[in-house]
Amino acid sequence: MDFSNLLHNYQEAVAMILFAIGFSNLLLQKNLIKKIIGLNIMDTAMYLFLAVKGYIDGRKAPIVVDGVQSVEAYVNPIPAGLVLTGIVVSVSVSALMLSLTIRLYRRYHTLDLDEISTRLKKEGL
Amino acid sequence: MQFVQNLPFISIIVALFSGSLSSIIGGRKARWINIGMISLVTAMSVAVLVYVLGTGESYVYMMGHFPAPWGNEIRIGVLEGTMAVFFCVVMLLCMIGGSREQFAEIEEGKLNLYYIMVNLLLCSLLALIYTNDLFTAYVFVEINTISACGLIMIKQNGRTIVAATRYMIMSLLGSGMLLLGICFLYDLTGHLLMSNIKEQVHILDQSGQYHIPLLVAVGLMSVGLAIKSALFPFHSWLPDAYGYSTVSSAAILSSLVSKGYIFLLVKIFYRVIGFDVIMESKVINVLFVFGIAGMIMGSVSAIKESNIRRMIAFSSVAQIGYIYMGFGLGTEAGVIASLYHIFSHASAKSLLFLSASGITDASGDSTDFFDLTGAGYRNKLAGVAFTAGSLSMVGFPMFSGFISKILFAQAAVEDTWQLLPTMIALAISTILNAVYFLKTVIRLYTPEKPKVLKKKNYKTIHAADNPAKSVALVCLVVLNLVFGLCSEPIVRAIQQGLDMFA
Repeated sequence: MDFSNLLHNYQEAVAMILFAIGFSNLLLQKNLIKKIIGLNIMDTAMYLFLAVKGYIDGRKAPIVVDGVQSVEAYVNPIPAGLVLTGIVVSVSVSALMLSLTIRLYRRYHTLDLDEISTRLKKEGL
Repeated sequence: MQFVQNLPFISIIVALFSGSLSSIIGGRKARWINIGMISLVTAMSVAVLVYVLGTGESYVYMMGHFPAPWGNEIRIGVLEGTMAVFFCVVMLLCMIGGSREQFAEIEEGKLNLYYIMVNLLLCSLLALIYTNDLFTAYVFVEINTISACGLIMIKQNGRTIVAATRYMIMSLLGSGMLLLGICFLYDLTGHLLMSNIKEQVHILDQSGQYHIPLLVAVGLMSVGLAIKSALFPFHSWLPDAYGYSTVSSAAILSSLVSKGYIFLLVKIFYRVIGFDVIMESKVINVLFVFGIAGMIMGSVSAIKESNIRRMIAFSSVAQIGYIYMGFGLGTEAGVIASLYHIFSHASAKSLLFLSASGITDASGDSTDFFDLTGAGYRNKLAGVAFTAGSLSMVGFPMFSGFISKILFAQAAVEDTWQLLPTMIALAISTILNAVYFLKTVIRLYTPEKPKVLKKKNYKTIHAADNPAKSVALVCLVVLNLVFGLCSEPIVRAIQQGLDMFA
C-alpha cells in the first residue's frame, strides 16, 4: 500500500475522520444534545473538506484590488459559496433540533431518547 | 421564448411566497391561500406538461443571466411535468380531504403555521422535480425535511414530537451522506449542473480514472436518499410519524415527501451519473436486497399491528421496498415500473389514510382494529373508499396497484439472476398485503353485535356530513381507477420522459 497520497492529502483525511466521528455520534448517542453536537461536527467536517478542496496554495480570494487580472492568481469562489450555504442549512436544522429537544425535555424531563421511547410505550400517548 | 416556459419557475416562486404571506395572516385565510395556491400551481403545471408534450422535447430554463457552466438552471421534460401535475393534484386532494381534522386537531393560533409548512413543502417538491443543479437539490432536500418535520409535529402530543425527532435524526444522517456524495462529485468533476457532471463522469468512466471515489460518491448519494425515503432498515421513525400526525400530514408525508427523494435519486441515476455507470457500480444490487427485505418485513410488521393507521404506515415501508426493488433490477423496464409505482402508491396511500380517518370517526375515534367492526356500514363512503384503496394496494385488477405489479413482473422476466428472488418476493408480499388489508376490509363489513353497539358511542356518518372529504375520497378512487384502467398513456409518458433524461 502506498500511503504517500494519504500524507499529501492529510487535510481531507482529517475531514473524513471528523465526518465519521460526527456521523456515529448522531447515530449512536442516546443523549439528544450529544446527537446535536455530532450533527454539527459532521457538517463542519464537510465545510473543512470543501474549503480544503477549494484552496490552492499561493492563490488569493478572487477580489481584484491591485490590478492583477490573471486567472492563475485567484482561487475559485464557488466552494466558499457552498460552505456558506451549508452553514445556513446547518444552523436552521440545529435550531429545529434544539427546539424539539426543549419540547421533549419539558414533557419528559430527560434527554435520553431511549428512556423517552420506553415511557411512551407505557403511557400510550 | 414562450411565456409558458416561465411557468415552472413561477410556480416554485408562487409556492414560496404564499408561505411568506401566510405567516402574517390568520389560519382560515391562510387555508384559502393554500388551496388557491395549490390549484394555481396545478393549472400552471398542466400548462407546462401540455407544452412539453406538444414540443416532444425537454427544455432548459436559465435562472439569472449566466449561461450553463456558471449559472443555475431548471430543466423540464415530460416526466418532470407529469410528476409535478400528479404531486399537485394529490396534495390538493389531501389538503381538502383533511380540512376538518386540521381545524379540530391544530391549535387555533398555529393553524397558519401548518399552511406555511404545506406551501414550503410544495415549493421544495417542485424545486426537487425541476432543478438541474445538484447543490440546489441539496438545499431543497433540507427545506423538504424541515417542512415535513413541521407537518409531523403540528399536532402536539408526545408521540409526534418523538416521531419528529427521530425523523430529523434519520433525515440528517441521510442528508449528511448526500452532501458528502455531492462534494465528492463536485471535487471529481468541477461542476454542479447535472448535464455538465454527466459529461465529466463519462470521461472519467472511459479513462478509468478515480474509479473508487466515483463509486463512493454514488454509494453515498444512493444510501443517503434511501435513508431519507425510509427504505427498510431506516424506517423506525415512520409508523409513529404517519400514525399519530393529523390525517392530511400523514397522507402527504407517505404519498409525496418520500417520493420527492426517490425522484431525485432517479434524476441522479439518469442525469448525473448515467445509467450505464450506475449499472456497473453494483450499488443498485444493495438497493435491490434492501428493497426485497423491506417488501417482506414491512408487510410482516403491518400484520402484527392492531392500530389501523400504523398498519397503513407499515404498508408504506413495504411499498417503498417495491420501488427500490424496481431500481435494483437494473433495467429501464424496472425503473419505469418503479416510477409507475410512485404514482399508484401515492394515489392509493393517500386514499387509505383519508378513508381510515373517516372510518375511525365513525368508531368513536378509536384506531383499534376490533373497534372498527362494522364501520363500513356506519360510514359507507369511507368504507367503500378504504376497500378500493386496499384492493389497489393488494394488486386487484382494474386498480393502479395491479398495473405496477405487472410492470415489476415483466421487468424481472427480462433479467437473469434477479428473476427468481423478485418473483418470490412479489408473490409473498402480495399474499402478506392481502392478509392485512383484506382482514381489515372484512372486519369493516362484519356487522357489530347490537349489544356492543348500544354500549359504545358509535355514530353514523353520511357522505354529506363532511362534503370536502367525500369529494376528495371520490376523486382519489377515480384517480386509482384511472391509473388502473388507462395505464398505457402514462407508461408511455414515463418512457418518453426517461428517454429525455438521457
